[in-house]
Amino acid sequence: MIPLNWYMWLSGVVFCIGMFGFVTRRNIIIMLLSIEIMFNGVNISLIALSHYLEDLAGQVLVFFIIAVAAAEAAIGLALVMLLFRNKETITVDDLNELKG
Amino acid sequence: MATLIALETARFGVPQWLWTIGFIIVKIAVVLAGVMLHVAYATYFERKVIGRMQNRLGPMIVGPYGLLQPIADGIKSFFKEDIIPTNADKPIFFMAPVLGLMAALSSLAVVPFFNGFVIANINIGLLFLFAMSSLAVYGVILGGWSSNSKFSFLGSLRASAQVISYEVPLGLSLVGVMMMAGSLNITEIVNAQSRYPGGMYIIAQWLGFFVFVVSAIAETNRSPFDLPEAEQELIAGFFTEYSGMRFALFFMAEYTGMIIMSSIAVLCFLGGWTIPPFVLKLLPFLGVVPGIVWFIMKLYVCIFFYYWIRSTLPRYRYDQLMAIGWKVLIPLSLANIVITAVLKILLHHAGTP
Amino acid sequence: MINQIFFFYFSAVIVAMSVMAITRRQVLHGVLYMLLMFFHIAGLYLFLNAEFISAVQIIVYAGAIMVLFLFVIMLLNLREDIRKKQFIAVWPMGLLVSSGILMVVLMSMLTVRTGTKGVWGIAQIERVTETVAVGTVLYMQYLFPFEVASLVLLVAIIGAIVLAKRKVK
Repeated sequence: MIPLNWYMWLSGVVFCIGMFGFVTRRNIIIMLLSIEIMFNGVNISLIALSHYLEDLAGQVLVFFIIAVAAAEAAIGLALVMLLFRNKETITVDDLNELKG
Repeated sequence: MATLIALETARFGVPQWLWTIGFIIVKIAVVLAGVMLHVAYATYFERKVIGRMQNRLGPMIVGPYGLLQPIADGIKSFFKEDIIPTNADKPIFFMAPVLGLMAALSSLAVVPFFNGFVIANINIGLLFLFAMSSLAVYGVILGGWSSNSKFSFLGSLRASAQVISYEVPLGLSLVGVMMMAGSLNITEIVNAQSRYPGGMYIIAQWLGFFVFVVSAIAETNRSPFDLPEAEQELIAGFFTEYSGMRFALFFMAEYTGMIIMSSIAVLCFLGGWTIPPFVLKLLPFLGVVPGIVWFIMKLYVCIFFYYWIRSTLPRYRYDQLMAIGWKVLIPLSLANIVITAVLKILLHHAGTP
Repeated sequence: MINQIFFFYFSAVIVAMSVMAITRRQVLHGVLYMLLMFFHIAGLYLFLNAEFISAVQIIVYAGAIMVLFLFVIMLLNLREDIRKKQFIAVWPMGLLVSSGILMVVLMSMLTVRTGTKGVWGIAQIERVTETVAVGTVLYMQYLFPFEVASLVLLVAIIGAIVLAKRKVK
């Protein structure tokens, strides 16, 4: 059988790839995609733990995470639409009016 | 069937797993060949039916009664020039029709054609069908986006909005069936129907069936909801720029989608390969007819219904289409779920399941 | 043996596709790589006896969320934005930070100690089928979070409509 650690490592790698994308890309849509990648990294570990611990709480949690991810994508993309309508750009670095 | 395989194994000394895999591959080949033949002749059937309804003959030239027309069409589109727009996003342009057809064909894996004949008898069969039908939209969106043309783009925007909206009532309308059968396995659903006194869930789930039919027509982009490919407004919608074999792939995907939707209707509402028990009691000799005959007969009734509606009703306006989906079908299907749940609990407490 | 081959195949594709997804210049290509990745994650879930979640993964992620992304990408005219620089100037810093966190995560996995096992072993799940098992747990023990999740979705629907709607004149 496959050790539990392999799944956990895979989940860690996927999570960190998503984090790298979120930190370094400046395109909002790609940043939202990176968040989805991070969600999926966490989901892999939850499902693996749920299988190895023989407890279905992990799967139920993944179910909730998927629901929240859908809500997050809907709101996020609505914000992107609004941003594009007002500023004609979806690059984060162009939104520098506050000069903070 | 399993004992037969065991016997063969004993005779030739071939390992069991090789037999199993070979048997599955043969099954897949049989199903694909059969469905492709039916797709080809569904086009012929459509042209004949619509021709008759419009008081003309339909295809008559190629072969007796035009019976070889689908083959001629296939050969023609195969040898046509394959035109690729200069500004197209080529990998996606090539991929889109294949993706559409793949999504449609992989749904066939869980469709049981008669008792025991199904490629993969999985416990989440109905969910798998939903998953695959939700993927069908990718072929449409990507095809329209990658060909870099205004008509394709508008068509694919319309199509994706329509397909996403109608997926919701399509899924919700089948929840009533799931509740009555208590399972997501399609074979299990059909068996539950044959135990049910009415024999078909359409009797108890007529509201769900109505919602399902309307949203299935919209989901497969058929008339009167064929706005994504409205010939008069958008030339052909998302596949305007496609030609030759790629066009034929889109065409095949559409007709396979129709066959899939009809077979879901047959399996979940019309009793699949079984006939209602009271009919069997009245006419016992019908029991000798094999299940596949019933299945195909019911399937063709559904497909005929598609053509009948196409040649009868005019096309809806786009805002009407969206209003029907969100303001009529979704509330109806939710009401159906609530009514089914309440009735199931009441009947369960009264003692009859 | 065959399990490990499949695990390596799935994990290699998942990692490769997520790297591809975040490095593409054209956003739509990134979305398509994500789509492939979701399929492989669903395959991995099947290996972990989570067939219901794997179907939900494809229906919700591939069938709804990614279609939403595609839809927004098509509605926006991104020809200007995709010509801009892909990464921030100090992207090696980001690489350093995320690989540092990766190291911490990987090291901490080595010492992970699992707790007591629950009641839903494979035999138990097989007896009642996985969908029934998840449904039982969801509606018996997690009913309140389930209702809260539905409220979150309602808020999201209303919020998305309010945000994306043009001003009514």
